[in-house]
Amino acid sequence: MDDLYREIIIERYKDPQFKKELDPHDISFEDENPLCGDQLRVDLRVDETGMITDAGFSGHGCAISQASADLLMESIIGKNIEEVKKMTKQDILDLLGIELGPVRLKCALLSLKVVKAGVYGLGEASDALVED
Amino acid sequence: MKVKSYRADFPILMRDVKPGLPLVYLDSAATSQKPEVVITAMDNYYRSMNANIHRGVHTLAEEATAAYESARAKISRFIDAGSTREVIFTRNTTESINLVAYSWGRKFLKDGDVVILTEMEHHANLVPWQILASEKNIKLEFIPVSDDGLLDLAAYKDLLKLEPKLVSFTHMSNVLGTINPAKEIIDLAHLAGALTLVDAAQSVPHFPVSVKDLDADFLAFSAHKMCGPTAIGVLYGKENLLTAMPPFMGGGDMIRKVALRSFSPNELPYKFEAGTPAIAEVIGFGAAVDYLSGIGMENVQAVEEELITYAMEQVRQFPQISLLGPDAGSKGGVLSMVMDIAHPHDVAQILDQHGIAVRAGHHCAMPLHTRFQVPASTRASFYLYNTPEEVDKLMAGLAHVIKLFS
Ligand SMILES: Cc1ncc(COP(=O)(O)O)c(C=O)c1O
Repeated sequence: MDDLYREIIIERYKDPQFKKELDPHDISFEDENPLCGDQLRVDLRVDETGMITDAGFSGHGCAISQASADLLMESIIGKNIEEVKKMTKQDILDLLGIELGPVRLKCALLSLKVVKAGVYGLGEASDALVED
Repeated sequence: MKVKSYRADFPILMRDVKPGLPLVYLDSAATSQKPEVVITAMDNYYRSMNANIHRGVHTLAEEATAAYESARAKISRFIDAGSTREVIFTRNTTESINLVAYSWGRKFLKDGDVVILTEMEHHANLVPWQILASEKNIKLEFIPVSDDGLLDLAAYKDLLKLEPKLVSFTHMSNVLGTINPAKEIIDLAHLAGALTLVDAAQSVPHFPVSVKDLDADFLAFSAHKMCGPTAIGVLYGKENLLTAMPPFMGGGDMIRKVALRSFSPNELPYKFEAGTPAIAEVIGFGAAVDYLSGIGMENVQAVEEELITYAMEQVRQFPQISLLGPDAGSKGGVLSMVMDIAHPHDVAQILDQHGIAVRAGHHCAMPLHTRFQVPASTRASFYLYNTPEEVDKLMAGLAHVIKLFS
């Protein structure tokens, strides 16, 4: 019955590993999901080769959005920002290991959207960043 | 309780969400389900009398026009309006309020005029006034909401000293469930020389409302929250006010005469009904009002009162859940819950896995959630077809949420 609420999602929600603000940081970006008012900020540290050396998120949201943010932070540390630019919706679904309907997909993709808007240096995040 | 017989009137309530998992529909504040009689009335219209109204002379046009206008007469009686000229069809509550802001507001509000709203308004009764305020120099003032979800009437009396032109407020909050003392608010407004607009989206569907007893100047509501179809609503307005207002939209039906460079508007209510209206929906709305009148709005209210009282008693078993709004007794059938351990989306999603439909989010009342310092809430709302057994299922679902997240 709780396929959507796999243990990993509940665990990451209750006890996130990367929920922190990074000060100083090299990249920081913040966005909201206007449907539910959820809000997410991501801070990144990037070395001179473009590799992400640390990542943290803050804000509030549902278990799906918070767990996907936590898993995404973990997965991008050690990656080059050029690789991160290529990440897609499918990468997030693979991290979460669940299928999602259109409404909850927005929750799951909020963190990737914020990260990509940040690494691209955009003024505003858009859904186009996370469409396949 | 006579509830079982009402349930049988609503075909959708017979369905399972998933095989073996019956639907528990607790989202009627968003939109209600529709009884068979409403679905049939609309179906009959398309099968047997579909035609454009008011213009044709053929039999179908005559029948369709008669059905359309008889629905207006039923709705007019349902809210105790003085005449059918005071009942304007719009798409919904939102459009009704926009009509007043656009037509009455643009003509009669001047630089520096004050409009009083409340902190518990739906966006539908905030944004139209904000738009107007951005075009004209109009001041918006807000009646504060107390911690227990009631309007602060002492503060309201102070605000009335600003000599507002309009007081526009919700009759019942779609989040808190608070039933505001509309009669008192209107009488005080009138004493101060202000007109009043009542957002009745959550009141007309749930308890008896008489525009005459309230002495409301404008009153807005939507069919879809009262057993009727979507995309049809009403603006009630006192005839003298509507007469003085310019048209909202221009086009067919709203005119008396048109020349190349001028027109003269049609009489009420047609002056505000430009273009081919939602004919089937109006007919469905008429059937919905017949259905509710047959039951009696006092009886609808009694069912909901019993459900909300029971639900509020039951939910107390969960210390993890806090409620927004006043105690049962001064509120309608709305249970808005906040849980520290779980986000409203997750609560709603897990309840959905139990077949229970509730709403999660800010329910189009972001400023109210800001007032209570919560980003969102989970709302269960009741209507005449709900049962105490469904409240029990809700509690079982909530227990599951708590188990999962603690
Ligand atoms: C209090 C209140 N006002 C206005 C509205 C808007 O109604 P509609 O969307 O039908 O225009 C609603 C419905 O959500 C409501 O609950």
